[in-house]
Amino acid sequence: MSLVELHAIHKSFGAVQVLKGIDLKIDEGQVIALIGRSGSGKSTLLRTINGLETIDDGTIMVAGKKVGDHDTDLLDLRLNVGMVFQQFNLFPHYTALENVMLSPQVVKKQSKAEARAIAEEMLTKVGLADKMTHYPDQLSGGQQQRVAIARALAMKPRVLLCDEVTSALDPELVNEVLAVVRQLAEEGMTLVMVTHEMRFAREVCDTLVFMHHGRIHEKGAPEAVFANPKTPELANFVGGLAG
Amino acid sequence: MAYQFDFGSILPHWKLLLDGVVLTTELAAVGAVAGVGLGILGAWARSSRIPVISQIVAVYVELIRNTPFLVQLFFIFFGLPALGVKLSEFQAAALAMVINLGAYSTEIVRAGIQAIPQGQIEAAQSLAMNRVQIFRYIVIRPALKKIWPALSSQVVIVMLGSSVCSQIAAEELTFAANYIQGMNFRAFEVYFVTTGMYLVMSIVLRQILKIFGNFLFERRHHA
Ligand SMILES: Nc1ncnc2c1ncn2[C@@H]1O[C@H](COP(=O)(O)OP(=O)(O)OP(=O)(O)O)[C@@H](O)[C@H]1O
Ligand SMILES: [Mg+2]
Repeated sequence: MSLVELHAIHKSFGAVQVLKGIDLKIDEGQVIALIGRSGSGKSTLLRTINGLETIDDGTIMVAGKKVGDHDTDLLDLRLNVGMVFQQFNLFPHYTALENVMLSPQVVKKQSKAEARAIAEEMLTKVGLADKMTHYPDQLSGGQQQRVAIARALAMKPRVLLCDEVTSALDPELVNEVLAVVRQLAEEGMTLVMVTHEMRFAREVCDTLVFMHHGRIHEKGAPEAVFANPKTPELANFVGGLAG
Repeated sequence: MAYQFDFGSILPHWKLLLDGVVLTTELAAVGAVAGVGLGILGAWARSSRIPVISQIVAVYVELIRNTPFLVQLFFIFFGLPALGVKLSEFQAAALAMVINLGAYSTEIVRAGIQAIPQGQIEAAQSLAMNRVQIFRYIVIRPALKKIWPALSSQVVIVMLGSSVCSQIAAEELTFAANYIQGMNFRAFEVYFVTTGMYLVMSIVLRQILKIFGNFLFERRHHA
């Protein structure tokens, strides 16, 4: 059984059908890049996996449990599924350390010392040992995003969802964040990332998923998919990026 | 003949004025703490997923904001006994102030809550926090910080509004002034001094609220 199993996911916003039957299995340790044009439904798909979007039809299984829409189910689900956003979304009234400590303390009821130890470990891992007492507005975008990654990791999720985590960054800050993601992938973290960084996707991911108009249009190993697009849509998309 | 000012004529009544100031302060303190507390609860309930709860709060807010404070006060003091609820002057005055400030601060706090970026709430949800935890740890402090000046002004307005409670013989500052004026017939002097006292109380209250706000929202660890 895979860690995450999506089956026949349908989702509409009003009259607009955004996901038109998505089937996807994510295995432990798999690193998946979700690519596709703007509006193809990548973010929506990612957000269904941790219940930020409800689905109209289909089933989601995470770690063997079916995701329902009861609050307690959702909280259970989210213990397994972490998420990092394009806009970082740090809590502005807490320091970097407090941002990372908060959820282990209030959700997992860890002692302050325990939560602090984990938070320090995670912030050190993302290279921010010297910024723990900084507030978000005292950090660069790249640093904020690394705090956000540390914050998600502190909950020890089994899968981490990343939605264009470098898209809001100045170009010179992109690499410090990608380096952290790359390290996570190498350590065996299960990752699903929406990205426009094709070179990074090719180097780091083992599976590429191309979405088009709310469907998974093509899927496979990055090398194969890039070298040999089976559909004109993907060829077009890949060509468009090169040009 | 020109009017002869005689501020000395108030002196014998200083104790009454002082008692008035004390009672006004007590009313303002109860009103502010409970009223803002009610406002926070109201704002929370207003965002409830259960429509009935949200609607009840909406009706409460509109009812209070669209009727005169004096009538609300009379209703509580003279009206409620018909239902067997008999309150002292102080209790009625305090309750009226709490209910009044509660309605206004519900709206003010709600505006602050709505200004919290949705992304922060989603981040907290992704961290498996429940609704209560999100409200308590993520939403309320930044929300209050945003609207603290507006909320402070409303608290001052309600403190000054307590003067209306003299109408039910709650012995606050205005009541004391009216009483003294009735004895020495020195309306100018009495209300001049009373005005000054309200002014000082407003300034002090504003300062207290400002200091309290700074304490509440200050950054405790500096980089
Ligand atoms: N909350 C919402 N309400 C209404 N429509 C929405 C909502 N969220 C997304 N949509 C629509 O759903 C479609 C898919 O959006 P989604 O954000 O999933 O695309 P995406 O592939 O992530 O695009 P991008 O690359 O621009 O981030 C778009 O047409 C979008 O306008
Ligand atoms: Mg998107």
